[in-house]
Amino acid sequence: MIRVQDLTKTFGRLTAVDGISFTVEEGEIFAFLGPNGAGKTTTIKMLTTLLTPTRGKVEIDGLDPTVQRNEVRKRFGIVFQDPSLDEELTAYENMDIHGAFYRVPRKLRAQRIEKLLRLFELWERRDDPVKRFSGGMRRRLEIARGLLHTPRILFLDEPTLGLDPQTRNQLWTQVAQLNAEERVTVFLTTHYMEEAERVARRIAIIDHGRIVAQGSPQELKQQTGAGTLEQAFLALTGSSIRAEDATAVDRMRGMARMWRRR
Amino acid sequence: MNIVYVLWLRQLKRYLRSRSRIVGALGQPLLFLVALGFGFGPIFQRAGQGNYLQFLAPGVIAMTILFTSIFSGIELIWDRQFGFLKETLVAPVPRLTIMIGRTLGGATVAMLQGLLVFGFCALAGFRASGLGAWPAALAFMALIALTFTALGTAIASVLQDFQGFQLVMNFLVMPIFFLSGALFPLAHVPRALAIVAGLDPLAYGVDGLRSALIGVAHFGATTDLAVLASLSAIFLALGSYLFSRIQL
Repeated sequence: MIRVQDLTKTFGRLTAVDGISFTVEEGEIFAFLGPNGAGKTTTIKMLTTLLTPTRGKVEIDGLDPTVQRNEVRKRFGIVFQDPSLDEELTAYENMDIHGAFYRVPRKLRAQRIEKLLRLFELWERRDDPVKRFSGGMRRRLEIARGLLHTPRILFLDEPTLGLDPQTRNQLWTQVAQLNAEERVTVFLTTHYMEEAERVARRIAIIDHGRIVAQGSPQELKQQTGAGTLEQAFLALTGSSIRAEDATAVDRMRGMARMWRRR
Repeated sequence: MNIVYVLWLRQLKRYLRSRSRIVGALGQPLLFLVALGFGFGPIFQRAGQGNYLQFLAPGVIAMTILFTSIFSGIELIWDRQFGFLKETLVAPVPRLTIMIGRTLGGATVAMLQGLLVFGFCALAGFRASGLGAWPAALAFMALIALTFTALGTAIASVLQDFQGFQLVMNFLVMPIFFLSGALFPLAHVPRALAIVAGLDPLAYGVDGLRSALIGVAHFGATTDLAVLASLSAIFLALGSYLFSRIQL
């Protein structure tokens, strides 16, 4: 479903992603783990047509995201690291606009919206503006929206950041259910190792733009002789904290956190 | 086409739902209208220029449209990182369509806000020259709204964060407003000021509105229309180009 070969992205002198290769099979849940600034989000942006790779090859369902841009876009749904809902609109309106963008026929659109909002337990609140939703509800709505056009692949970039354990647990249960029901391939990133271990069939660990290990959670633990995935992760990526310069977006992210009504 | 409509409708809904924003954006124009209108009225009259409120009202309406338009363009900075714009940028929709829908929506909102201030001007005693004034006045309002929403989008497409916003307000938007002749007649001003005003897009908007509403013009309605129409086309093209180059 996703095939990546020798993918590289450089920004000036900085190499954010450095010759990575991996494959994600259809219907698989694949976790992409790494410390801050390791290149996870940059990779997702290249897979989802938002950035052009400097070098290397990407195939999404057999298509090239740099050439067949819109065809590729129809095939995936994405939940970004930062919020992307319209807070003034209701949950239903957010879904409906998404349906219009992806040209989902009106009748089918209404059916899908109801099904997904019910699954993510938001149907009762469909006519409430999103600004009155909690962080967990917003996340669920974003995932439901990403699935509205029945994509083949769902990208989740740190979807559980800032959510409590109950909400995280529920969210992964629903994602796993959809993965089983609709055979949607899931590509996720997270900082919570136990989540990755629980839902992902295969994991790739990325550090300094390179993939340092790949395999099932079990294989990664065996490889490093660690008892938990978290220990395996630390063994592979070291325990030093990554220094990252704040970018304009990081500064705005701080402001966004301050102003967001939870 | 349907997508342009959806985007346009979205901005209209957002506008109609945020009462506090509507009221908040009324404060400044009303202050200008009341404080300057009634404050300078007697002096204006004594200088033999007639009724100041009649003269000022089109300027205040133009100012409302200017601020609302630029703001809806600038909002893009926030929107592309923490808002709905990100969702539109990964959708299988051409960037141009998104830009057009957004700009038309922003311009419509700015016009509505302008019409609201128009109503308050009428309450304060402003009288347009007659019903025939309406089509031309609406056309000029639409052109002002389009021009500055597109300009705001163009600026926001190259700004990284809000640090630059203050700069834009102080060194672009405020001068555009104060030098446009919205508050004073451009006839007989010093030559330097006349030249600067001649380069100010809003000067033609204010002048056009004034010619439509009270039949007084400095540049003349035809010139105003020609300049504004070409500028709005140029800014739309520029905005579309810069918008299409946005990277997340």
